[in-house]
Amino acid sequence: MTEFIGDLARFSFLRYALLAGVLVSIACGIMGSYVVARRISYIAGAIAHSVLGGMGAARYGEVVFGLSWLHPLLGAIVAALISALVIGLVSLRAREREDTVIGAVWAIGMAVGILFIFKTPGYNENLMSYLFGNILMVSREDLWLIAGLNLLILVTGLVFYRQFLAVCFDDEFVLLRGLKVQAYYLLLLCLIALTVVLLVSVVGIIMVIALLTLPAATASYFSRRLWQMMGLSVIFSILFTTGGLALSYAPGLPAGATIIIFAGVVYLLAAVVSSALGGRRFIA
Amino acid sequence: MSETRFSGPVVELKHVSFAYHGMPVLEDVNLTVDHRDFLSVVGPNGGGKTTILKLIMGLMKPTGGTVRLFGAPPEKARHRIGYMPQYASLDPLFPVSVLDVVLMGRLGRGMSFWRYSRSDRRRAEEALEIMELAPLRDRPFFQLSGGQFQRVLLARALVSNPDLLLLDEPTSNVDAAIETGLYELLHRLNEKLTVILVTHDLGFVSHYVDKVACVNRRLVTHPTCEITGEIISAVYGSHVQMIRHDTKGRDGGCSHD
Repeated sequence: MTEFIGDLARFSFLRYALLAGVLVSIACGIMGSYVVARRISYIAGAIAHSVLGGMGAARYGEVVFGLSWLHPLLGAIVAALISALVIGLVSLRAREREDTVIGAVWAIGMAVGILFIFKTPGYNENLMSYLFGNILMVSREDLWLIAGLNLLILVTGLVFYRQFLAVCFDDEFVLLRGLKVQAYYLLLLCLIALTVVLLVSVVGIIMVIALLTLPAATASYFSRRLWQMMGLSVIFSILFTTGGLALSYAPGLPAGATIIIFAGVVYLLAAVVSSALGGRRFIA
Repeated sequence: MSETRFSGPVVELKHVSFAYHGMPVLEDVNLTVDHRDFLSVVGPNGGGKTTILKLIMGLMKPTGGTVRLFGAPPEKARHRIGYMPQYASLDPLFPVSVLDVVLMGRLGRGMSFWRYSRSDRRRAEEALEIMELAPLRDRPFFQLSGGQFQRVLLARALVSNPDLLLLDEPTSNVDAAIETGLYELLHRLNEKLTVILVTHDLGFVSHYVDKVACVNRRLVTHPTCEITGEIISAVYGSHVQMIRHDTKGRDGGCSHD
C-alpha cells in the first residue's frame, strides 16, 4: 500500500488509473442503482458482452483500413447502443421472448468480436484487455472521453430522475399518466449501455455486471430511497475501484479482478449480516 | 373534475372480443358504466377480468368491437383514470418512500420540468392525509404492511384528481377489518367519482356495489340483488350465497345481455 502511494506521485499512468476509477464510479453508482432496482442486470450483461463485437470491428478497421480515428471505445459505444435498443424494443413489444433475445445479443456480439479479432493481422494482445480490462492502460485522451460520457450520464440520469424512477417502479401506471414510457425506458437502457462501455475500460467485459451491480446492491441495504442508494453506491464504487487498485499494485495482481473480489466480499458481508439479523436493512 | 363533463357513459364496451395468441379470452362483451356507478367485476382467475381493465385503459387493443372511455378512444382519455394495480405486480423491495410513490400520480401532462412543483407536493400531502398515511410519508416501501401498501397505492391513484377509479384486486393482501375500511372509503369516494374494481373473490362484493359484472370469457351484468347467473354458480358453487344482498342497484342497474 505504501508502495502504491509512493508510486502515485511518480507515475502518471497510476494517477490516470485512479482518476478513471473515480470518474467511472459516478456513472456506475447512478446507473447501477437503476439496474439493481429494476432488476435488469442480465440486460446489462448482454450489452457488456456484445461490446466485444464493436471493439473487434473497430480494431479491425483501424488496422486493416488504417482508420486511425476508429478507436475501439468508439466501436464499443456503437455496439452497446445497438444492443440496448434491440433488447429494449423487443422487451417492450414481445415481453415473453425477452430472455431469448438477451441471450442472442449476448452471444452474437461476442461471436462477431471473436471473428474480427481472429481476422485482424498482427499480435492480438487486445482480446485479453477487452475481456479483463486494463485500468493501468488508460491514457490521457481516454480520460477525456470517460469524463465526457460521465457528464452526459450524470446530467441525463438526474434530470429525468422522477421519470426513470416511476418507469422502473410501475410502467403501466405512468403510461396512464401520459408519460412516454417506451422512450424513457429506451433512453435509460442507452445510458446503461454507455455506463457499461465506461466500465469495460476499467474491469473488462466479463466483470462489468459485477462492478455495475455490487456497489448498488450493497448500498440497497442502507437506503430507503433511490437517490440515497445512488449516492451511497457512488461512494462504494469509489471505495472498490480505488481500494482494489491499491491492493493489487504491490503484489502485481490484475487490478480488475482485485476490484471485483473486493466489491464481492463487501457485498457478501452486508448480505450475510443482514440475513443474520432476519433480513433487516441497516437504516435508522 | 378537471375536464368538461361528458354526459355519456364513462366506459362503453361494444361487442368487444379479445384473443391472446389465437386463444379467445373475451367474446362479444358489452358493458356500460355510467357516471358514479360502482361496478365490481368478478370471475375466476383467467376468466378475463384483468383483460377488461387493460382494454378500458388502452393497454391492450381489442381483437374486435370498440372500447370508449369518456366517449373517446382510451389512449385519449386514460389520464382521467386513477389506477390501483394488483399488489403482486409491484416489487416490494423497490427503494422508494411512501411520498415518492404518491408523487408519481402527479407525473404526466403539465408537469414541471425536472422536479415536482409546490402544488404537486401539497396535493400529495393531502392525499396522504385522506388515507391516514401522513405519519408514514418517509417510510420506505418495504417496511409497509399489506394494508398500508394498499392505501399508498390508493393515495397515488387519487392524487391526480381522477374521474374514474380502477382497482385491480384491491383487497388481495389485507385482512377483513382493513377490507371493510377500504370499502367504506370507496363508498365515500363514489359520491364524486365512478368506481370499477376487479376481484376474484365474491366475498368482496359488499352492499356498497351497485352492479356486478361476471366475466368468464363472456360477460353478464347484474344488479347486486339478482345474482343467480349460471356462470357464477358453475364456477363458484357454494360461494354464490355470499353475494345475495338486499340493496337495490342504484338505477336498477340490470342489463342482462
